[in-house]
Amino acid sequence: MTIDWGIILESIPLLGHGVVVTLQVSALASVLGLVLGVVLGLCSLSHSRPLRLIVAGYVDFIRGTPLLIQIFLVFFALPALGIRFDEFWAGVVALSLNSAAFVAEVVRGGVGSIERGQSEAATAIGMRHRQILVYILLPQAYRQMVPPLTNELISLVKNSSLLSVISVYELTRAGQAIISVHFVPFEIYTLLAVYYYVLIKVLSWLSGRLERRLPTW
Amino acid sequence: MVTPVIQVQDLSKSFGDNSVLRRVSMDVATGETVVIIGASGSGKTTFLRCLNRLEEPSAGNVRLDGNPVMNSGSEKQIADQRSQFGFVFQRFNLFPHFSALDNVAIGPEKVRGMSKSDARALAAAELKRVHMSDHAMKRPVQLSGGQQQRVAIARALAMKPRVMLFDEPTSALDPELVQEVLDVMKELANGGMTMVVVTHEMNFAREVADRVIYMEDGRIAEEGPPEILFREPKSPGAQRFLRHLTHE
Ligand SMILES: Nc1ncnc2c1ncn2[C@@H]1O[C@H](COP(=O)(O)OP(=O)(O)O)[C@@H](O)[C@H]1O
Ligand SMILES: [Mg+2]
Repeated sequence: MTIDWGIILESIPLLGHGVVVTLQVSALASVLGLVLGVVLGLCSLSHSRPLRLIVAGYVDFIRGTPLLIQIFLVFFALPALGIRFDEFWAGVVALSLNSAAFVAEVVRGGVGSIERGQSEAATAIGMRHRQILVYILLPQAYRQMVPPLTNELISLVKNSSLLSVISVYELTRAGQAIISVHFVPFEIYTLLAVYYYVLIKVLSWLSGRLERRLPTW
Repeated sequence: MVTPVIQVQDLSKSFGDNSVLRRVSMDVATGETVVIIGASGSGKTTFLRCLNRLEEPSAGNVRLDGNPVMNSGSEKQIADQRSQFGFVFQRFNLFPHFSALDNVAIGPEKVRGMSKSDARALAAAELKRVHMSDHAMKRPVQLSGGQQQRVAIARALAMKPRVMLFDEPTSALDPELVQEVLDVMKELANGGMTMVVVTHEMNFAREVADRVIYMEDGRIAEEGPPEILFREPKSPGAQRFLRHLTHE
């Protein structure tokens, strides 16, 4: 087979816009997912049984259904309930909701692994459960949470390619637009793979640096 | 009659079918220092933990200044009452992500609702009391075991507790670090603090204790002033235990 180098050269800058959108979606969804996930994770450690059950149900639902279906639910089903987003924000919301469930599990695991003596010492001076979670246990869990959270971020960046199905003009969708005009699927999909690969390598590297900078006790 | 600081009545605790405390009753008067000794597994730690409700007793009751220690009520009420007991753990359990100062300040700030600067001022004063002013900004990992335990004592004192409970505070320490902790405890006792101390430091008990309690199988097997209990223990268990201890 012959490789159309011309189209590759032409596509590299064209895909740049897609990269920007992929980064925007990923950044927004990871921040929202992190915040929501931490809140959900702390709820899953609370003394309130209803709260724990709600979070467990939510996590179970997210883990038990395909992300593609979750994206469609946000994009098609929520508007029927009067909640309306454009494609971009629908994508951000779907990825955030998905990611939050995984972050919640990471937080629960990380906080749960802190030695029992820590919460006992805090209990003994009269701190309440919620204060102990927020001021004593969570901060000690940060460092060990970085690797699993990085994995989650990597999944999120890769998963953002699924947003092409609701026409978010991210990297994959941008590639598909070129393919539909020039019919060069091999070249473009290979190029997309390289783009994603580089993005993810950079993120892993940044996360490694962050992990080393966080203190150990 | 003056109400004792702590009144314990028929306190029992079982884990499953393991009876760890069996109807323990005792009073601790204001300013009194009570030392508890007894073999490993005799229930000393569990007893202390039932006083401040780190462990829920199975039966019996505890009164602090005549008020029943609650097991119901709002989380805040229970926590506030628990904070009237200072608790010092065998393994210090300092918060590793805070400086010594913040380890002591966190309670006054979050539990008593003091401003951060007031809490830190109080913490600095408590660190001074345990001779740790020079190390206020250090993290626990930068401190020796004896220093960590003194910070832990300051952390408990900062809550202005009615009574201090110590669970073998020096048994996790290298021998050369034991004395500095005992000295601080002695100063506290001499300053009028009410204390219940689980320890096998006989010299400390002899010098500081008003009363020594020997526990065996979850019961108070014998009690009395240290000079009497150590010299002529009556129960065979206490005799064996003390002989064993002095031969170590
Ligand atoms: N949380 C617990 N669950 C089950 N058994 C316990 C627990 N805590 C203590 N025990 C048991 O209670 C007994 C007394 O323990 P403890 O109070 O620690 O004794 P001591 O401090 O005198 O060594 C031991 O047999 C111990 O195994
Ligand atoms: Mg013990």
